[in-house]
Amino acid sequence: MDTAKKVLVYSTPTCPYCKRVKQFLEERGVPYQEIDVASDKAGRDEMVSKSGRMAVPVIDIDGVITVGFDEASLKKQLGE
Amino acid sequence: MYDLIILGAGPAGMTAAVYAARQKAETLLLSKDVGGQVNWTLSIENYMGYQFIEGLELIQKFEEQVRKFPIDIKIGSEIVSCIRVHQGFEVEVAEGTKYLGRTVIICSGKRPRMLNVPGEERLRGRGVTYCEVCDGPLFQGNEVAVIGGGNSALEAVIDMTKIASHIYLASLTPLTGDHILREKVEEADNVTILTEHETVEVKGRDSVSGVRLKDLKSGHEKELAVQGIFVEIGLTPNSDFLRGTLTLSELGEVMINCACETGIPGLYAAGDVTNVPAKQIVVAAGEGAKAALQAHQFLQKCSS
Repeated sequence: MDTAKKVLVYSTPTCPYCKRVKQFLEERGVPYQEIDVASDKAGRDEMVSKSGRMAVPVIDIDGVITVGFDEASLKKQLGE
Repeated sequence: MYDLIILGAGPAGMTAAVYAARQKAETLLLSKDVGGQVNWTLSIENYMGYQFIEGLELIQKFEEQVRKFPIDIKIGSEIVSCIRVHQGFEVEVAEGTKYLGRTVIICSGKRPRMLNVPGEERLRGRGVTYCEVCDGPLFQGNEVAVIGGGNSALEAVIDMTKIASHIYLASLTPLTGDHILREKVEEADNVTILTEHETVEVKGRDSVSGVRLKDLKSGHEKELAVQGIFVEIGLTPNSDFLRGTLTLSELGEVMINCACETGIPGLYAAGDVTNVPAKQIVVAAGEGAKAALQAHQFLQKCSS
């Protein structure tokens, strides 16, 4: 697995699937940067422009966007 | 051919899986996700053994327990059909893979109901949301509409009073939720309550820009400029894939008797997808156990 990939997680504190995404990454030892879009307005705008969506979680893995906790897509982006 | 295929991995399906595995039935647990509706439940205070537990945590404990047993688990596929074949059932998933089982337990649960109006599907995740808990904070300072009149709609409104600049609450009927929630909504100074209003259209190009409502008393239509629409109009059973195999109730629920039998030998159902009166985690888990024990009895009768 390539752990040099840059992983961003756009999330809100109350969203259950955001927690699942973070757990999924932590279980695999993948470092990620979390952007709390509930409090970070610039982060929210960035998320919307990247994904075209008003929905969390959004995961950016080296520029490839996944919306929602989609295990298959995350595994693919992480090269599993 | 499996002895048993369990469709759905919420409380009913996961409990059924543990019971089946302990009976040494060759079991396949097939589901789109793990946990179902419990994922959206922030706090649980009525599941025995825990005075308080988060939905996500309870689901993880269920999953841990299921994974201790040697059963096949396939997560991530939508189930598209379940039909009777010689000596059992054939279950097909969206990718086209087919699985054979001598018995099946349907535990596919429920999902949020849609409005079924123009614009809704296209703007889903682009301002239209069914999970206020998840997406609510994205609408900081925006004007939003909450559709519905029950407890979940009222709770969504109360949450959003701290986030949105203004909230329109549009309900087809007079508000039906708990008195204490209605009071909170009525007291909030940034909420407009529109009862007996039907939602007729979601407007917007790339994202939601408004919602069109019809006043059922006057017959007049009006458009509200909102950036977010929270649909909170209840749940619908995940039973579409059973049409043609089973007769469903008017609500789309799978009709079962007190032994979780559907009327087709070898086909059982449990949990919120059924007509069981209480839609509760503890009830779904109990029903899952019952269904698995029934299936086990059926399998033993067939092999003897």
